[in-house]
Amino acid sequence: MTTLDSRQQATVDAAQVAVQSRGYWATVGVRIRDDKVTVACGVVLALIVLSAIFADLIALADPYKASMIKRLAPIGTDGYPLGADEMGRDMLTRLLYGGRLSLFMGISPIVIALAIGGTLGLVAGFLGGRVNMAIMRVMDVFYAFPSVLLAVAISGALGAGIGNAIVSLTLVFIPPITRVTESVTTQVRSLDYVEAARASGAGNLTIIRVHVLSNVLGPVFIYSTSLISVSIILASGLSFLGLGTEPPEPEWGLMLNTLRQSIYVNPWVAALPGAMIFFTSLTFNLLSDGLRSAMDVRL
Amino acid sequence: MTGPGHLPERQEALLAVRELRKYFPVRGGILNRTVGQVQAVDDVNFDVQPGEVLGIVGESGCGKSTTARLIMHLIRADAGRITFDGEPVRPDDTAALREVRRRMQMVFQDSYSSLNPRLPIEDTIMFGPRVHGVSAKAARTRARELFSLVGLDPSQFIRRYPHELSGGQRQRVNIARALALEPRLLILDEAVSALDKSVEAQVLNLLQALRRELGLTYIFISHDLNVVQYMSDRVLVMYLGKVVEIGPTTAIYNRMQHPYTSALLSAMPSMDPDQRTETPPLVGDPPNPIDPPPGCRFHTRCRFAEDMCRHTEPGLEAAAGVQADGSHLVACHMRVAGSGHSLAPD
Repeated sequence: MTTLDSRQQATVDAAQVAVQSRGYWATVGVRIRDDKVTVACGVVLALIVLSAIFADLIALADPYKASMIKRLAPIGTDGYPLGADEMGRDMLTRLLYGGRLSLFMGISPIVIALAIGGTLGLVAGFLGGRVNMAIMRVMDVFYAFPSVLLAVAISGALGAGIGNAIVSLTLVFIPPITRVTESVTTQVRSLDYVEAARASGAGNLTIIRVHVLSNVLGPVFIYSTSLISVSIILASGLSFLGLGTEPPEPEWGLMLNTLRQSIYVNPWVAALPGAMIFFTSLTFNLLSDGLRSAMDVRL
Repeated sequence: MTGPGHLPERQEALLAVRELRKYFPVRGGILNRTVGQVQAVDDVNFDVQPGEVLGIVGESGCGKSTTARLIMHLIRADAGRITFDGEPVRPDDTAALREVRRRMQMVFQDSYSSLNPRLPIEDTIMFGPRVHGVSAKAARTRARELFSLVGLDPSQFIRRYPHELSGGQRQRVNIARALALEPRLLILDEAVSALDKSVEAQVLNLLQALRRELGLTYIFISHDLNVVQYMSDRVLVMYLGKVVEIGPTTAIYNRMQHPYTSALLSAMPSMDPDQRTETPPLVGDPPNPIDPPPGCRFHTRCRFAEDMCRHTEPGLEAAAGVQADGSHLVACHMRVAGSGHSLAPD
């Protein structure tokens, strides 16, 4: 093979690039590490999730054990570090246990909606045309209702209970996830690298698997993370309205509801479940913001 | 009707394009009905001989890229026949189309958007061979060879991502990707237009060297006339979806026949101060391709347009008395003997 001037030139160019290449995920990792807010949020969120999972190991008391004497005990009462609720149950224990249901009811609808809505959006965006039209117009129907109203209406129709609450929340989150996936997929589909893959003879499934999915999943995943906070609030809202979990089950939304009457007697204790909901959704939101900027390919 | 549409398909042609047509529907109104059609490519005929470089030039929007995508079957033609390597390409036969796509590949203009940002460039190059059933190990070895072939040091580059490369390096990767399937025909759609001049020259030299070494055939699409002159053996000039002139590069550049070609070439920047462009060679924009003018499509901007040009569409015919072997074809009444145009030769 003959030697070419242009080749030698390029090799020189290459030698000048001193920076060693890092993999994509390694770059993302470094960016997250440098972002203090995201790291802090990750730590707080991990603490909340872990304390919910290991509630029976951490908690000192029985979450269902009531005490007439300790009703609405203030924060700092001996044996009740975060006070007691209107039935005299230990708030700290109930908040820890409540995290299990609240997080489960907040996250599982998003996971299911991501699987369903993501698939629908991918199909609509990649195939385009009439398929896109059919899927997206159906989603538009759901968009006509405010999400809270829709969740309440579906839950009300299905009846109270954790399962039904999850079904209704899933239905609420499918349309927005479908729409975001569809718009990202449509954008990716028209890029030259998809054309080039088609030109190399690859079938639709291979193109989706290798070239489309990896570029669509990131933004959709980040969007879904930001929806978790909404989902936790909606799930708590359903419980608050008596459409989600039922007493005496500890769940943040339900606890907020039952403590509502005591807000003038002991506002600090009554506000605790609300504070938990607030912090959890806030950290989810900030975390998704941090991931969004860390995963930006163009930076 | 006269013209090469009815010429026998010459046996030796690597690619023969006959009566190729693509109209894009223009939708509008509340019912999304088709209100018009952009005649992007209309009755285009040409051959590409093995080992040659056919340059395609024309203003933006004249159908150059659409022609490229039609040949690659990335978009479906409304009409026409494409024969590759002696066999007609049937767009409905998936297996045959896959094989044809292996033997002709394309390099796109935008070097960034034609590489998957989430894949290391090695994986991008391996993708084509993997699709065609080559083992991962063989594909990896092939990718390394290709990196050296296009002048990128494999040990430095293989695991990099597209955003870590310069424009010229990315375009080399795109060329390597296209070569990975060992094609015979490479369609270069404005492949160097986005590069700066020094890098452009490097990539052009690389393309020339690859062509010599691998015996490749190129269709070289560009709006840069200097580059086309440097690269091509033959040149095809398009205007509003039609071929207006085709012939050997020297004939086109020195003895151009079509008034549009003259205008295009006189717009070519020159280093010679005596060759200054004094008057704008063409005025106005090309007419709307949704509703192209009747007759000769160029008559609205042509200095020599006469009545017949507004009514009768000229066919692509051998230019009278320029190239004895009939390899220089032009679609202009003015150049056809006895056409009725006042400037036509007798």
